[in-house]
Amino acid sequence: MTENSSDISLAALRAGDRVQFARLVDAYSTPIYRLGLKMLGDAQDAEDVLQTTFLKAFQHVGEFEGRSSLSTWLYRIAANEALMLLRRKRPSVSLDDEPEDADGEALQPLQLADWGALPESELLSAESKTRLDRAIQALPPKLRVVFLMRDIEGLSIKDTGEALDLSETAVKTRLLRARLYLREQLSDYFGERLRQEK
Amino acid sequence: MSHNHEHNLTCQDLLGNISDYIDGGLSDEVCQELQRHMAGCENCRVFFDTMTRTIYLYQADAQETEIPPEVRGRLFETLHLDDLLKPRS
Repeated sequence: MTENSSDISLAALRAGDRVQFARLVDAYSTPIYRLGLKMLGDAQDAEDVLQTTFLKAFQHVGEFEGRSSLSTWLYRIAANEALMLLRRKRPSVSLDDEPEDADGEALQPLQLADWGALPESELLSAESKTRLDRAIQALPPKLRVVFLMRDIEGLSIKDTGEALDLSETAVKTRLLRARLYLREQLSDYFGERLRQEK
Repeated sequence: MSHNHEHNLTCQDLLGNISDYIDGGLSDEVCQELQRHMAGCENCRVFFDTMTRTIYLYQADAQETEIPPEVRGRLFETLHLDDLLKPRS
């Protein structure tokens, strides 16, 4: 990213300044595309989310009140688009599914293989990346979107909450569940790799 | 994870605080308690190491994802901004 949204004039955007809008698109097209890709697991769907997000931003920037940052507003539009597309394309996937945690059982780590010291070339091999993708696609969408915004795109807990209409407590809870689930999945995979090497 | 430690914090405390610890949302005092606990608990050390490694791997993988040039081109076209499309450095 070459600039952030604080470098872009909201007043100019509201006045229809195309140069400013092109700067906004260039600053955020990669993060928004990546969010769509990781949410939906499909390049065409990611492009659809990307295009709809910026079309809506273009159409509605005059109504943007500036209560959040421009970037949070863009992520908010993109997350809503991605979740709507998921609902439309995969109606069998409930957006409300979350791992059970009422009694804390789902939060207990089960895999304690010490794979952290495996070489990076192995941890980020093509096969490993396929497993990373598979694990994140298996996360319930409402946990996935929180993990992507906070841990991949680097939004703060507060901004993630604003973008998703969630309290900070809810963001933290979902983030913890997502991190625990992904760690468990990767430990399962890399633990097996460790055992094979021994 | 076992629960028998000489320190005040238990493995369950570490589990409950792991996200805040990673995000830097805990007081220095609690951080030091967690570090002391991990120094004496191999399972919690492994749990913490693999948790931070998991997040790092997803971040490293994501860094390699850039918008493809043809997707960027189509986006600028859709937005009628193609006259402002500049080559990426």
